[in-house]
Amino acid sequence: MLIDILITSLIKGSTYAMLAIGFSLIFGVARIVNIAHTAFYMVAAFCIFYTTTQLGFPPLIAIFTSVALVTLLGLLAYKLLIAPIREHEAAVLIATIALAIAFQEVMMILFTGDYRSVPHLVPGFATIMGARVFYQQIITFGSVFVVLGFMWLFLRYTKLGLAIRATAQDREVANLMGMNEGRVAMMVMGISVGLAGVTGAVIAPLTIVEPHMWNPPLVMMLAVVVLGGMGSIKGSFYAAFILGTTEALVVFLVPAGAYLKGAVALSIMVFVLLVRPAGLFGVQFEEER
Amino acid sequence: MNLLRYHLRRVFTILKNEVFVLPSRIMVLIFFLAVLLMPLVVDDAYFIRILILTSIFAIFAASWDLLSGFTGQINFGHALFFGVGAYGTAILNQQAGLPHWATIPLGATIAVAAGLIVGIPCLRLRGTYLALTTLAFPIILLGIVFAFPGFTGGELGISGLTRLSGSRMTTYYIVVVTMLVSVGVMWKITDSKIGIIFHAIREDELAVKAAGINTTMYKLMAFCLSGFFAGIAGGLYAHFMRIAGPSTLEVYMSFQVVIFSVFGGIATIWGPVGAVFVLVPLLEFFRLWPEFRTLLFAMVVILILLYMPGGLLPWIRNKIEDECPRCKIRNLAVRKVCRVCAAQMH
Repeated sequence: MLIDILITSLIKGSTYAMLAIGFSLIFGVARIVNIAHTAFYMVAAFCIFYTTTQLGFPPLIAIFTSVALVTLLGLLAYKLLIAPIREHEAAVLIATIALAIAFQEVMMILFTGDYRSVPHLVPGFATIMGARVFYQQIITFGSVFVVLGFMWLFLRYTKLGLAIRATAQDREVANLMGMNEGRVAMMVMGISVGLAGVTGAVIAPLTIVEPHMWNPPLVMMLAVVVLGGMGSIKGSFYAAFILGTTEALVVFLVPAGAYLKGAVALSIMVFVLLVRPAGLFGVQFEEER
Repeated sequence: MNLLRYHLRRVFTILKNEVFVLPSRIMVLIFFLAVLLMPLVVDDAYFIRILILTSIFAIFAASWDLLSGFTGQINFGHALFFGVGAYGTAILNQQAGLPHWATIPLGATIAVAAGLIVGIPCLRLRGTYLALTTLAFPIILLGIVFAFPGFTGGELGISGLTRLSGSRMTTYYIVVVTMLVSVGVMWKITDSKIGIIFHAIREDELAVKAAGINTTMYKLMAFCLSGFFAGIAGGLYAHFMRIAGPSTLEVYMSFQVVIFSVFGGIATIWGPVGAVFVLVPLLEFFRLWPEFRTLLFAMVVILILLYMPGGLLPWIRNKIEDECPRCKIRNLAVRKVCRVCAAQMH
């Protein structure tokens, strides 16, 4: 039981962390609230489903193709849809909602609304203290940590990472210092969608793949971002595990009330926000005027 | 008799000097007349039903615009007000047995209370924090609804509400007149001094505070007003569909109203209403291709926004009307000189 809770909360927490960090990257750099973020995750899961079960790709190649495809899709969406209307924030918001709905419907037409499952990329399980731990779960969890580690190194030690952090801090000054703000935003869009793609790819074998699967993580992802503090990657990371653990606890301790998991997690978010309006690790910036 | 003649002449003068000079005003007049006279021309049950639903959503979209478009307090959980209105109305109707003319205003009042409960803590949050936090409230309420199935009907909702009226025609007029009146009231509010303050809060809250205006009070007022009208929409919906179910609280409901409003142009009131009257019938029309329906809808929204990011109706309005460079009065686009100050238009 304890191990089960631990595993579930780690899996949930790491997916939320990965999604939320991608989301806050693009929000921090370009002020784009990308509602379609989890839709990209759904598309990646479908790619994995198609490449492994229909085309019979080996797991690693399947993951690489789907992440590449989703990143390309994200860049296209940015270039064609979001970049032309960047200055209208409300319009961008709606465009991303419409984009998410469009993705959902395209997947619905291509793959129908049936519930699909993807076989574990590495079959088998280990028994730890009497609880089954599938290798897939370890892979999912591990790959999230590896990717996030690389992400941290990238942001910290590369020139592009520096540009991204600078743009997130102050767009205008970064522009004056010779960073092409539009190009940085596009790069970040690619990275952010790529992260969503990786999440979708590694989580696909553990969940049911269907066109509406982007809805539940969307709400939780937004909650994680707000709870951790907008634009704070460290905050998103901790908040993801807080909310993931809450969900796992509700599901395992009160099985009859499993449908309440979202409500309980969101209530925690609301209460934290009442005490700290900028989230756990957020800094209350001077109002942008 | 003289009095009647006086009033008739006054109406005629207003029409001639204020309404017929601008195509946008003529359109509003045509819209009012069209929705009021529609059932005399068309007597198709399906068509009337669509119009009734469209009117209900028009109130809902306009109420979102009143809060989020004007004061800039982006609310991603507007379904909360709609759902509370619907559930409040349904519970009052079923448990207390009140008739619809009492339950709908009372349900809307409950929605106002919900607006206060949500609004007071949310006042500390700003911008995107506020938007994303409000998204959580309908979902939390949905959890509560499922937790007390005896009271709220759980998954199935509360069904079997009394009808708005016996005949289709009366129902239509009840809904449409409510729609026209509430939209008119909202338009009037945003046109008044309060509306200017709302506008100012969106543009620069700090400056409004510095001008000695209690912005907290005005923001709460926006929450309450918006909640009231959204609650009315929810109550009408519950009585019209004769069911108040969990679908009224879903995330899609909240997103839908944001889509309608931004599509029509925010901070206008007429924009969202017009957008609803374009999009809801369009969505029904797309039922001809059921599997592509939602995709087509999303495509239309994306395409329109790409070319008219400020919204569909303001774009049309700017095409057919121009602002006088000197006195800022709107003129027909083809005019050479301003209709008021006679300045050169171009």
